Amino acid sequence: MNKLSKIVILTLLWSTACTKSAPQAQESHKLKVGLVLDKGGKDDKSFNSGAFRGATKAADELGIELKMVESPDDAAFEPALRSFAERGYPLVLAIGFAQVDAVKKVAPQFPATHFAIVDGVVESPNVSTLMFAEHEGSYLVGYLAGLMSKSAKVGFIGGMDIALIRRFEMGFGAGVKAANPKAEVDVNYVGVNSTAWVNPGRGKELALSQYSRGVDIIFHAAGASGLGVFDAAAERQAYAIGVDSNQNGLKPGRVATSMLKRVDIAVYDVIKEQAAGKFTPGTRSFGLKDNGIDYAVDENNEKLIAPYKVKLDEIRKKIIAGEIKVPDFYTLKKMN
Amino acid sequence: MIVDLLMSTLRLSVPLLFAAYGGLLSERSGVANIALEANLLFSAFTAAAVVALSGQLVLGVAAGVVASALVSLIFALICIWGHGDQIVVGTAFNLLAAGLIPVLNKALFNVMGSTPALANTFHQTWPFFALALCVLWALHFLFTSTRHGLRLSAAGENPAALVNQGVDYQRVRLRAVVEGGVLAGVGGVYLSLCQGSGYVRDMAAGRGFIALAAVIFGAWKPIPTFFACLFFAFTDAVQIQMQGRSMGGVELPNQFVQILPYVVTLLVLIIFARQITAPAAINDSSRRR
Repeated sequence: MNKLSKIVILTLLWSTACTKSAPQAQESHKLKVGLVLDKGGKDDKSFNSGAFRGATKAADELGIELKMVESPDDAAFEPALRSFAERGYPLVLAIGFAQVDAVKKVAPQFPATHFAIVDGVVESPNVSTLMFAEHEGSYLVGYLAGLMSKSAKVGFIGGMDIALIRRFEMGFGAGVKAANPKAEVDVNYVGVNSTAWVNPGRGKELALSQYSRGVDIIFHAAGASGLGVFDAAAERQAYAIGVDSNQNGLKPGRVATSMLKRVDIAVYDVIKEQAAGKFTPGTRSFGLKDNGIDYAVDENNEKLIAPYKVKLDEIRKKIIAGEIKVPDFYTLKKMN
Repeated sequence: MIVDLLMSTLRLSVPLLFAAYGGLLSERSGVANIALEANLLFSAFTAAAVVALSGQLVLGVAAGVVASALVSLIFALICIWGHGDQIVVGTAFNLLAAGLIPVLNKALFNVMGSTPALANTFHQTWPFFALALCVLWALHFLFTSTRHGLRLSAAGENPAALVNQGVDYQRVRLRAVVEGGVLAGVGGVYLSLCQGSGYVRDMAAGRGFIALAAVIFGAWKPIPTFFACLFFAFTDAVQIQMQGRSMGGVELPNQFVQILPYVVTLLVLIIFARQITAPAAINDSSRRR
């Protein structure tokens, strides 16, 4: 072993030793919350930004001490979670489906620490699972697409063909058919590996080919590849529907609405419960009823969807009341 | 349907073509170049960032191409004068692109993932495709009838012969790699300013490697490489059209349709592997000559 590698190893050892010992020095009476974000990081303008927004709001309003970590890759989740738990953080939040395995492993080792995970189920007495009823929101925007489509052809473009995205697709398709039983739904997926979420070029080609086949409105659930769908919509003067965060402003006038997934609300709620000493383990689902799932209306699409708004709110009420049963890919495939 | 397929093929082929031209120049001169992905990403990012900040499309194009040329220059210096193993250095550059661009993006726009969405972009593919045809002709001319082209080939086949002629083969290689960087840069610019509207993290999505496969499939010759790129773009276009269709009453699973371009790439390379020979002195980083 040469000198350089010895120095590198020593530095690494020293730095890990430091990270473990340092926080014990600063004692604080504030509630400490650790937040481990998914790969997109706190500025992804979507999922992770939502989680960060919710946690910061809680920090401001409830006077908690928030510490956030962005993970560069999947291997970094477990050490990040463990490090928070070891430092005595009473509540550790794991954002994203990719952290399920890490939480499954770490949570039983720290029974006194509370964990919360978004988008994936972990059954453990100290873990709270926060799920979203994506199918409900997809049904609602699908209903809008069904009403808006003049050609009775609508499109769906997913990122990777995984169960979570199938859940969007199934709910969306059901909504379209409910609004217009004769409508057809054209379904495409961007890719088979993780580049499927970052390939706007392919997303645009898929959208263009759907528009060429007569589709006039497309709902995407394809991460950053969806930006290509908006480009295609602008090019063909057709419509698109955004996902997760409010994407109406990306191509004003061409984005009919965005299906919102309010991760911020879920994260805020969990922190608030912990602060009040009422942390509850187990799975809970956020949906239309608690505004955890919603659709975006702002100055960019107000006029465009005004004719459909009354009908949409009626459908929303019916879903909340249970009068409309939205098919859920998870329960239908017994995935959950 | 047929027209859609052809248009789609043309649109998808542009980034592959320019990246492949870049790879071709570099490889023919004896520098194995797996860093095309880095060229695409750096130029796509720089072009989008400059347009976002200045609002000038032309400025963005220039900046993207210059960024890619710079990347190639540094790559060439390390490979040629640093005698680094070309594959290892190329890998390092791809990793550098994955790591450095988010940092720069964060510094400029306070966001890790992507640049702001751009309002003004190129709306037409054909200028890019026309340029690709011109470059094809230029490359063909370069290799068949110019002194630089012959020296370039010699640097890749038998550098010792150039040394005997009193020609500095390392300079020939340097020039070829940087020229290749300029060409690959156009592909990156197309990604963020024409096909897309803004930079998205890792948006090259493996196109640099597909382009490299096209160079090999094209036996390191301009015209066959051109058709290899069109062929790969065509399989991708077919994949896009076939998804969700049923074949003889059976709906093909998406995953199966989506792997077709890659399966075709593998098959083609296996079938033609015997007839294809690489430049003899490729990835030859030895110090003595």
